[in-house]
Amino acid sequence: MEPKLITLTVNGHTHHVALKPNVTLLHALRQMGYIDVKDGCEKGDCGACAVLLNGRAVNSCLVLAWQADGAEVLTAAGLGTAEHPHPLQEAFADVGAVQCGYCTPGMLIAAKALLDRTPYPTEEQIREGISGNLCRCTGYAKIIQAIQVAAEKISPAASPAKPE
Amino acid sequence: MRKKRYTAKPLPPVELPELRLVGKPLRRVDALGKATGATVYAGDFFMPHMLHARVFRSTEPSARIRRLDVSRARALPGVACVLTAEDLPDSRLITDIPGQTGQRVRKGSEAPVLASDRVRYVGEPIALVAAETPEIAERALELIEIEYEPLPGVFDPIEAMKPGAPVVYEPDNIVARWKIRKGDVRAGMEMADLVVENTYRVPFVDHAYIEPEGGVAWVDERGVINIRVSTQVVEHFRSIARAVGVPHNKIHIIGTMLGGGFGGKEDITVEIFLALLAKHTRRPVRLVYTREESLIAHSKRHPFIITHRTGVRRDGRITAAEIEMISDAGAYPYLSPYVLLYAVVMATGPYRIPNVRVDGVTVATNNPFTSAFRGFGGPQAAFAYEQQMDEIARALDMDPLEFRRINYLRTGDQTATGQVIESAVWLEETASRALEALGEKTPDQGPVKIGWGFASYFQSYGRITWLHDTSQAWVGLELDGTVVVRSGIPELGAGQVNSLAQIAAEVLGVPLEQVTVYSTDSALTPLAGTSTATRGLYMSGNAVLQAASTVRRVLLDRASKHFEEPPDNLDLADGRVFVRGRPEESMPLAELVRMCAAEGLPLSNLALFKAPFTDPLDPENLQGRVFPDFTFGAHAVEVAVDTETGQVRVLKNVACHDVGRAINRAAVEGQIEGGSFQGLGYALLEEYVVKEGRPQSVTLSEYLIPTSMDFVPTKAIVLESGTGLGPFGAKGIGEPPLTPVAAAVANAVADAIGVRVRELPITPERVLEALKRAS
Repeated sequence: MEPKLITLTVNGHTHHVALKPNVTLLHALRQMGYIDVKDGCEKGDCGACAVLLNGRAVNSCLVLAWQADGAEVLTAAGLGTAEHPHPLQEAFADVGAVQCGYCTPGMLIAAKALLDRTPYPTEEQIREGISGNLCRCTGYAKIIQAIQVAAEKISPAASPAKPE
Repeated sequence: MRKKRYTAKPLPPVELPELRLVGKPLRRVDALGKATGATVYAGDFFMPHMLHARVFRSTEPSARIRRLDVSRARALPGVACVLTAEDLPDSRLITDIPGQTGQRVRKGSEAPVLASDRVRYVGEPIALVAAETPEIAERALELIEIEYEPLPGVFDPIEAMKPGAPVVYEPDNIVARWKIRKGDVRAGMEMADLVVENTYRVPFVDHAYIEPEGGVAWVDERGVINIRVSTQVVEHFRSIARAVGVPHNKIHIIGTMLGGGFGGKEDITVEIFLALLAKHTRRPVRLVYTREESLIAHSKRHPFIITHRTGVRRDGRITAAEIEMISDAGAYPYLSPYVLLYAVVMATGPYRIPNVRVDGVTVATNNPFTSAFRGFGGPQAAFAYEQQMDEIARALDMDPLEFRRINYLRTGDQTATGQVIESAVWLEETASRALEALGEKTPDQGPVKIGWGFASYFQSYGRITWLHDTSQAWVGLELDGTVVVRSGIPELGAGQVNSLAQIAAEVLGVPLEQVTVYSTDSALTPLAGTSTATRGLYMSGNAVLQAASTVRRVLLDRASKHFEEPPDNLDLADGRVFVRGRPEESMPLAELVRMCAAEGLPLSNLALFKAPFTDPLDPENLQGRVFPDFTFGAHAVEVAVDTETGQVRVLKNVACHDVGRAINRAAVEGQIEGGSFQGLGYALLEEYVVKEGRPQSVTLSEYLIPTSMDFVPTKAIVLESGTGLGPFGAKGIGEPPLTPVAAAVANAVADAIGVRVRELPITPERVLEALKRAS
């Protein structure tokens, strides 16, 4: 089949790209320069390529780019920058949740999706929320801690973790 | 376990020097770049006019290549190049340890870069393709025609040692043997009241880093082949140069941040293929493995069969140990001889045993090749010796900690090879703390039985002392008072680069953010050796400490004239030089730097740190020093075993290690938490299944590594004896946290159900089998 022109809004930037029907969203994003979306397995096993697609976390290797035509995509780099990091990015860096860093972009997306729907997650909910994202370096302890720290920073008011 | 509660042994008094930055859990210098997606990994690098490469691999474990025809692949439009062994100047790849001296210590450590007439394992590379697009490269692979004549293969190391077994490569299947002969084992066994004998088995396992192997290469205007690659060893440029047929100085390795390695990127991966293709096409070439290819193409941890025969007196003293170790080297040697050496040297565990006999052999088979993986033979050895310790304690009707306490090594003791341990040996201190942290034992609930288990260990840090390891580092100041560190050490993700920054910042008195580290470049950063063997901090940390201290002396000598105070009365902190006790008498570091520069004083230094050098030992008895020093620690777990389903759950999970001195507290905890999770995976989940030489676990849904849901996070207890050989008394903590974990879990399972699973992984099937055997 011939390429089709599709529209993707990635991290707030709108792109019109001609893509063949068999191109995954992962490859499309990486070809467009969004190399923070990591390629770890292309089978949906590792979660390194996770992005928010219209606000929902998906493994971009399991979505065809055509399916995302017209959609809004958020990648980890779209969360914030070194100068203005997102609280999750800051917490990951501060508590030592980042080692090799290869799973980190996908992990941040999973964490963002979790906090969007569950602002005050328990440890169990966090473990469940990142269960589709493999990390081989950290043993998850500091990733869980970072998400707790960020949750409190994002929604401090009613945080149940906060002592009265 | 005998007790319901354990109490930590008090620590001996330790005086650690006050430091400003070292030890603090500061934000790692590489953390925010990674957390904002700005870090560029090896597979993220694209170049104009770049080709895409693929590797054509053997589908047979043992076969003659009767016919190989690449003409149709070559003729496919868009294919730039197809290479086979015929096109290579010298198709032999040296697989031995790259030493800084360039000396080779073993003969026969070779593998073909590309197989020509014979394949020895599934996945062996046969041809390389470079094409305009990944799709064309993929299509070209399909057009390569090959006919195999299957040859008898051998898939079990014991079978491979038998007379008449198929020979994997000449002269025979014995890749290496190491022996320890200490004391008189026969006499020691006669002195024993009891002799306990058991056999333990461990399978192939995979590193399963999240970043598959990858890189890009190009030839520049000087004729230099530049290779940007994810590797633990930039020194491989020498082997690559040899295989490609160019001088050493025409290969330039630009190492990237690794997306995990754990030993799996210690051997050459894509870089040699990239070099060949770039040289032939004169175009940039990119090669990134798929996950499936990664799982098939790179090394595995060695399966071992380990038999212990231990003599012990009724009072708990071990009198003799006789240990046999057989490991599966797979189809080519790679680092198998050294992994076996590590396993043999650590075979007895950290115990005083007067009479020791260890016989180790590593054997070639037509299985995937095996090589380095975090722990390098240590976890296999520990799985056996720590279960053996529990089995003896049980036979003696003693508490396992009490029994070990009688036999633990102490400072000044000799290991089985006769190496005197000079640093702190906090075995009881770490084990009792890990056990104490388990708290109260959870009660059994019907068919769910609760068990406690722990394991002690020792693990070397730094390389084998007869490899004469060295590391260089360059430290310099810029005119604005900021600091540059140059070191060839690869950043594996463990914080190698940050440690160097934190040490330089400490010595030169600048905030951590004012240090920039350039690393992992074979041409532009001084060679520092490999990111392997838990040597990064020990070797490069010391080199940076040396270089930074030299620069500091220049600064303080000059400042001494300015302040009219002896240099010892001056100090550097927060970007200023000041008089000790009179901080108001100070000046900005940048001003002092400019003062030095104006007088032509050296504001940089290139240091070379040397590990202890020894001569090689006699492989027939291995008596003498093998390693610079050892790290000691323990892991303890509480498990729940469902006796109806065989399922093992980890309820509590504690690690305690003496790290000597933590350079970055959070990074140290991270090593312990992460390493122990790999150990839990090894214990309960992971097996790279190989059937008649054919890998079965080639995706991450078949090869299972721990997710966040599998185990309760590890509680890390960090002790600091300050007695290590690293900077500020640091020991090494890269590999050690993995080493004791599988044994601790096995001991806990045995404690829970009263029978023992002596083979990894401890699957529900194996637990049920063990229960059946017992009833």
